Amino acid sequence: MSDFSKNDVILSLRNIDIVFQKGKQFFKAIDNVSFDIHRGETFALVGESGSGKTTIGRAIVRINPLSKGEIQFKGKTISGKISKELDRDVIRNIQMIFQDPAASLNERATVDYIISEGLYNFKLYKDEEERLNKVQAALKSVGLLSEHMTRYPHEFSGGQRQRIGIARSIIMEPEFIVADEPISALDVSIRAQVLNLLKNFQEERGLTYLFIAHDLSVVRFISDRIAVIHKGKIVELAETEELFRHPVHPYTKSLLSAIPLPDPIMEREKNLFVYDAAAMHDYSKESPTFQELANGHYVLANSEEFARYKKEYSSIEAKIKETR
Amino acid sequence: MENKNAIISVKNLEVQFRVRSRVLTAIRNVSFDIYEGESIGIVGESGSGKSVLTKTFTGMLEDNGSVTQGEIWFEGEDVAKFNTHSEWHKIRGIKISTVFQDPMTSLNPIRTIGSQITEVIIKHQNKSQDEAKKMAIELMDKVGIPNAEKRFNEYPFQYSGGMRQRIVIAIALACHPRILICDEPTTALDVTIQAQIIELIKNLQKEYGFTTIYITHDLGVVASVADRVAVLYAGQIVEIGKVEEIFYEPRHPYTWALLSSLPQLAEKGSKLFFIEGTPPSLYHKVVGDAFAPRNPFALEIDFTEEPPMFQISESHFAKTWLLDPRAPKMEPPEVIQNLHEKLSAKFKIGRELK
Repeated sequence: MSDFSKNDVILSLRNIDIVFQKGKQFFKAIDNVSFDIHRGETFALVGESGSGKTTIGRAIVRINPLSKGEIQFKGKTISGKISKELDRDVIRNIQMIFQDPAASLNERATVDYIISEGLYNFKLYKDEEERLNKVQAALKSVGLLSEHMTRYPHEFSGGQRQRIGIARSIIMEPEFIVADEPISALDVSIRAQVLNLLKNFQEERGLTYLFIAHDLSVVRFISDRIAVIHKGKIVELAETEELFRHPVHPYTKSLLSAIPLPDPIMEREKNLFVYDAAAMHDYSKESPTFQELANGHYVLANSEEFARYKKEYSSIEAKIKETR
Repeated sequence: MENKNAIISVKNLEVQFRVRSRVLTAIRNVSFDIYEGESIGIVGESGSGKSVLTKTFTGMLEDNGSVTQGEIWFEGEDVAKFNTHSEWHKIRGIKISTVFQDPMTSLNPIRTIGSQITEVIIKHQNKSQDEAKKMAIELMDKVGIPNAEKRFNEYPFQYSGGMRQRIVIAIALACHPRILICDEPTTALDVTIQAQIIELIKNLQKEYGFTTIYITHDLGVVASVADRVAVLYAGQIVEIGKVEEIFYEPRHPYTWALLSSLPQLAEKGSKLFFIEGTPPSLYHKVVGDAFAPRNPFALEIDFTEEPPMFQISESHFAKTWLLDPRAPKMEPPEVIQNLHEKLSAKFKIGRELK
């Protein structure tokens, strides 16, 4: 696996909180989240619905305002009040791909318009000819034809629509893409196409991804590092293979145990592990902090838990050596 | 299966839909048996006809669709001949129940959970309000709703997605059906909740002994729920067999392709396999093997003549010319060979730790 930690940090979240307010009720959706994403890597954010993973993605593209902390992009703060110029820079350089390809495309616009909208807004073309060339190139790069330009989203299948969504992000030549469950709504055979496509773009253009998902098995193939999020807090963060080999936080373990594997024998032997936050952690005496367990492997734990995780970690390490 | 009594027997089934003035053939000459007490998985891409197939068992085809040929035998009757509501009402929801994908649309948002369960019990089992309430609370307990008595009077929006799906299952089981059709029951749910719902269905099946028909596009889910698997493509069963046969000794190139495209199997840094092209339009007559244009293993004959079902073992059948004795011998793709060994190596360590 390539090591991206030496690359510069492209995106940095510093102690962010996001609080939603409804009347007098407050709901803390994101609770003190920090992480860095390095240029060229794919960073996955995995958690169940309601964990806050999408909220973080939306905060990065400036849809959800932060209540505390800051987000930096290439060293500049992009959260809170920023200059108009920087705002445009962010819009252009950080693009988002959404989960539902049916809902995220304007159904009354042609494919040509949908893909060009960003170009129009930013005047990223000299003349009509250049714009058309760009749109055609973008369509071709996602495996669609230039004759598709005049059609409407409803004329396409789910997989094709998702590729239109990807084409309209790619045409902006962004440096960073937030991909929010881009394959969850797709058929298994089409998922593979979309994953390959995202990977190709990364190789060709050195793109950086934040990949949001709820299924760890899908994420394993595409991501370099994984952060597991539960109820607005990151509970574990590690390099992909490291996380699969040495999961220590009980929530990560429950996610791993739930992955549906295409293997009847393993499924029969499956031991479903259900996470129960209230019963598994006693934080009454000491609150947990985010600590480094091994090189680049972080976990949310208090000191008692941390000692236990550490012990567990070394015993797994020994076991793996044994089996080799 | 030790017990080989067919509870449903489908013979040469054809289902067509009228769309404007055109005719779409969604199910093309399908024959198979579902055995009493088993759990059968039906796998296919969107548009393969997997939902249409099972809708014919309960008479729930859309108005523009109908069974145009063939028979569906259930309890000594050919239900394909049914054409009145009263005939279907004897079966639907009583003997054969369905759990659909989206629990929010299956439940009425402005009525309490309790009343939606008791309604079914009162209607089909002639119970009084009090008796029905008692039974409903028992059922809610059974499907794993904590504080059932208290939550009886709550509304669907007060339940999480997983809990709602549990309620839909409770309603489906209220009349002790002989067959439970699960139509992508966990596709809209998180993986952790999905695993819990699957476990719940399996446990309930053990307790009540009903037969499960499980429809999904996810082969991982099938591996955990099914005793047997039928793979559907373009309205036909292309391969059917015991779950081990389908996963460890698949014979149809389409099954190979489905398995190969799973991200669970992919090595990081490699390219994921994907199936080129799209399924054929079912508005036109399909010539030869429907999968041929997308099949890298296709033979010449695949484009002209439809393959018959070849028998591989007592329980395993596949519809591909590759099984003809005259066909060249083809090995399945490397990625799906030694599937169990590969997946064990990748997932076992992380999974075994508790």
